[in-house]
Amino acid sequence: MSADVSIKDVTGQREGGLWHHIAGSQAFWVTIAVVAICVIMSFVSEAFATKNNFFNVTRNFAFIGIIALGMTAVIITAGIDLSVGSVMGLSGIVTGLMLDAGNSIYVGVAAGLLTALAAGTVNGVLIAYFKLSPFVVTLGMLSIARSLALVISDNQMFYQFGPDEELYLAIGGGTTFGVANPVIVLVVLTLIFALVFQFSTWGRYVYAIGGNEQAARLTGVPVERIKLSVYMLCSLMAGFSAILMVGWLGAVTNALGMTYELRVIAATVIGGANLMGGEGGAFGALIGAALIEVIRNSLLLAGVDPYWQGAFVGLFIILAVLLERVRGRQSS
Amino acid sequence: MALLEARKVSKSFGAIQALEEVSFAIEPGEALGLMGDNGAGKSTLVKIMAGNFPPTSGELVLEGEPVHFHKPIEAREKGVEVVYQELALCDNLTAAANVFLGREAKRGVWPFRYLDYATMYERAGALFEELKSETRPRDLVRSMSGGQRQAVAIARTRLSDAKIVLMDEPTAAISVRQVAEVLDLIRRLLDQGLAVILISHRMPDVFAVCDRVMVLRRGHKVADKKIAESSPEEVTGLITGAIGAA
Repeated sequence: MSADVSIKDVTGQREGGLWHHIAGSQAFWVTIAVVAICVIMSFVSEAFATKNNFFNVTRNFAFIGIIALGMTAVIITAGIDLSVGSVMGLSGIVTGLMLDAGNSIYVGVAAGLLTALAAGTVNGVLIAYFKLSPFVVTLGMLSIARSLALVISDNQMFYQFGPDEELYLAIGGGTTFGVANPVIVLVVLTLIFALVFQFSTWGRYVYAIGGNEQAARLTGVPVERIKLSVYMLCSLMAGFSAILMVGWLGAVTNALGMTYELRVIAATVIGGANLMGGEGGAFGALIGAALIEVIRNSLLLAGVDPYWQGAFVGLFIILAVLLERVRGRQSS
Repeated sequence: MALLEARKVSKSFGAIQALEEVSFAIEPGEALGLMGDNGAGKSTLVKIMAGNFPPTSGELVLEGEPVHFHKPIEAREKGVEVVYQELALCDNLTAAANVFLGREAKRGVWPFRYLDYATMYERAGALFEELKSETRPRDLVRSMSGGQRQAVAIARTRLSDAKIVLMDEPTAAISVRQVAEVLDLIRRLLDQGLAVILISHRMPDVFAVCDRVMVLRRGHKVADKKIAESSPEEVTGLITGAIGAA
């Protein structure tokens, strides 16, 4: 009898609780770093802690953060998507072209999103069903999507957006309650992703595949379908970001999103997603993107030669991975 | 009536005859030790029972009804569960998440169906209690001992109301104390009327929990007898071929 009671005591226990959980997450420490940099910078530069600067910084990282959410899902499954920058370019060009031809905003946006989704489907099918390496497939798509953007645009710039031009520019470039619209989109999407990761079977399966793909398959998780879906989702996020960004810029060229894949992956990894799979979260994507932008902005305002930006961002990527290793050692 | 019966099951891969006319039966609540050297056909037999592939000839009869499994899921639906050697667990998920993987408890109305954490923690906790294992549903599997990991894998088979559990080398690569824990887990399954087939290289484990031992050598069944009427020395002889058959 007493043995039963003791086992019940053990199985009912929780380790540490909420605080332990939060302190053990990478996103928490990156948030501390962002806050620390902001506090220091507000003393260093008068221009930093201004409404205007805050507005610019948040808007700048919103575009990266939106894609980083999709990239987080991909990386949790132990995959990678190198094509997001090129998909942005292609999706932006298709939207611009359709609007320029006099179509309504619905047609333009739908065409842009469908283009992104098509690229993601090709990636996903080749990776999930043909078992090709995600690195190679999406590297191929990086090249293909950029090339298609060049072909379709014929190296033209589009800056006339048809009958709904005002609405289109307002969505990407406007503000709501003093916050840039892309930031609101990012925050809403982060909340949705966080809920879906935590409370849906889809989210559970994404983590399971990253943890042990073979185990997931043996227990009846539809591994192929889930993998396909994360690549489609990641490309769709690139499409969303492109459409917002074109609205903000007021023009689109086929260079849109060039080299963004590196910034997106950097944001995702800094936010705690593990390239080996199984780890990561929605808030991490947001805060990782924020950290990169805050560093860039701080260096600029502190008067550091902009050539140094890459070195600092790179340093933080490596620090993030080191931090993860240190935490990993503690928990195991 | 036997719970599971194999009738003259053979399996060949091209020119290689992995199993030749192996027949046996197992009753509810019975533990059968399946032994044999590497390449004796143990894994092939387990994979046929688990539904990984069908036999070349012969058939399986489950509760008097012939069954033909082509996929693992079909075997699981009929109540045949496998605890794999490599343990098929996701290290990055909690014990409860692993127990429920692929058949999560959900609540709410479509499309707002969401994971029912409370129910999963509670049921997983109850299963661990039933198995008398000190495993906490909320802990990550990564931080668990070999014995606790086995408990998670075995709790998973309990969830589905399995009738027969195939265990592939559950005591390989774990400490002595944990081996005792795993053997206790097997006894709990037997107490609840399940049949267990234990595939193992470890003679003491088979003699500790099994009622019968079956020995395969080069695809043939060379012995199938009560543990009480055999000895580790005899089984060793049967495995190596020093004793022809018993």
